[in-house]
Amino acid sequence: MSEQTAAALTTPRPSTRRRTGFSWTRVLIYLVLFLFTIFYLLPVYVVVADSFKTLPEVSTTSIWQPPKSIDFGAWASALTPPLVGSGGIGSGLVNSVMMTVPAVVISSVWGSLNGYLLTKWRFRGADLLFAFLLFGMFIPYQAILIPLVQFLQRIGLYGTLPGLALTHIMYGIPITTLIFRNYYSAIPTELVEAANVDGAGVIGTYWRVILPLSIPGFVVVGIWQFTSIWNEFLFGVTLTNSPNVQPVTVALQNLAGSFAALYNVQMAGAIITAIPTVLAFVFLGRYFIRGLLAGSLKG
Amino acid sequence: MRGRLLTIALLAPAAIASLVFVYLFIAWTFYASLTSWNAVRPLKGLLPDFPIIGLANYQTLFATQRFWPNDVFNTAVFTVAFIILSVAIGLLLAILLDQRIRGEVLFRNIFLLPMALSFVVTATIWAWIFNPNTGINQLLDPLGINAVRTGLLSFAPLKPLWDVLDFLRIDVLRLGLTTDPRAALGAVVIAATWQMSGFVMAMFLAGLRGVSEELREAARVDGATERQIYVHVLIPQLRPVLVSVIVILGYISLKIFDLVFIMTRGGPGIATDVPSIFMYLSAFQSQLYALAASIAIVMLIVSAIVVIPYMWSQLRTEGQA
Repeated sequence: MSEQTAAALTTPRPSTRRRTGFSWTRVLIYLVLFLFTIFYLLPVYVVVADSFKTLPEVSTTSIWQPPKSIDFGAWASALTPPLVGSGGIGSGLVNSVMMTVPAVVISSVWGSLNGYLLTKWRFRGADLLFAFLLFGMFIPYQAILIPLVQFLQRIGLYGTLPGLALTHIMYGIPITTLIFRNYYSAIPTELVEAANVDGAGVIGTYWRVILPLSIPGFVVVGIWQFTSIWNEFLFGVTLTNSPNVQPVTVALQNLAGSFAALYNVQMAGAIITAIPTVLAFVFLGRYFIRGLLAGSLKG
Repeated sequence: MRGRLLTIALLAPAAIASLVFVYLFIAWTFYASLTSWNAVRPLKGLLPDFPIIGLANYQTLFATQRFWPNDVFNTAVFTVAFIILSVAIGLLLAILLDQRIRGEVLFRNIFLLPMALSFVVTATIWAWIFNPNTGINQLLDPLGINAVRTGLLSFAPLKPLWDVLDFLRIDVLRLGLTTDPRAALGAVVIAATWQMSGFVMAMFLAGLRGVSEELREAARVDGATERQIYVHVLIPQLRPVLVSVIVILGYISLKIFDLVFIMTRGGPGIATDVPSIFMYLSAFQSQLYALAASIAIVMLIVSAIVVIPYMWSQLRTEGQA
């Protein structure tokens, strides 16, 4: 998907021409949009309302009823469950931050370097190499999961946060390279050539010319990687074996297992898990959408 | 050109990482699927040190009811239902939002919000909403929808339809969606659609916005009504976007794991079991590594059939541009 269409999406069409007055068609359009708004927001309402209920309340009232009062008991239980050794969302949050932040930073920088080299220092076979890298984006990870576990066990990183971060970095190469490759395609090659004339080499040009122009690219890739890694479950559940290193998604799943009946705790856990990525979406939504669209190659 | 060696040296780590973590690992999985590594024993050496038994694991797999036909059936139904529902909703919302809507940005962000969530979060919430005792029924009952529901289900002329939906496990009019094998797959489809249809909307909306205002204007000058413009001008232009959407949603469906695993654990029974769950449990609970590897290879082949032609055509058109 090109930068232009992504940009066009984030700015609504100008409504200069043809003033639209009242019509039943427009009433119907708004009605349908409101109905879908309810569909999308109903689960959000449920999860928020019920996370503030007490246990007796959640087991006797309908899930659709608003809470009688705001009670943070469920939030506390979700963060640090009374059950010893069950981890809880609290430690999961810490683990996810410790694992996600370095993985996002490293894979973004790596993807930026790859994208720069593939677009601005083109060589025979550059497109082939790109296709070679890209393929990793389209495999079901089940196909690499068993050797991955073996590999991490052999190098002593199985069941550790660095092992999980390493995994996310490796399988992040295709998407980060793809987005940066598209991004740098839009930057005129003349800039690179001018820097070359001034005597800047591969690294000098990257550092002085490309990197300063890359901030929006880094925001798009960074948000994309942050959201995907934070939300990921399959690697999290297979590459960790103790609550001490489990990411927050696995912690939430365990919470649901050990507190089957405590729905208020589960809902609080779900909110806490979702808060970081929802905040990223709310404050940087424009870049989030660009990352989404970039995932479809060039549309 | 200067710096060619350095360029290649700087790209080498990514190339080697892909070679090892993607291609060699896939080859390793394939090799493992040909061995009798269905026991707990730490491996020695680089490859599973178990005798090669050829395609026996694949034979076992396709002789296992749980996989064939059950998991394949579930994946097919899930994929088709999920794609149809998401594309229908996504396209509808994109066209509606393209009508110079007040608050377009707000609507769009609400529809996209679920995309920011983990499937784990989505599954946790929807599992509760579909809980037969406390969930959606309590909301619908006072509205009289439950009466409509039972009325529809017992309405004789429609019985063949319900039979088909029951058979496909997507008869969402049944009570207690996640606990009724006739409806459980439908529950998962609804949750997946809730999460992903906003993405489809964004893709189509970007596609519509990509069509130039001149083209719309030209059609208007030719006397086309707004509806004709959509049917004859805009929607045909969306074909490439539609292909992208179908491939991406298809790829997600074929490997779907967390959403189903957390919502239903593949149940009731194996009514919503999918290959990824079977693979996960075979490898990491039953230590049937070779069998799990064969499931993974089947999943890979099916995904490749969907994705490789798409990837190839994308890269080719890009080369021409």
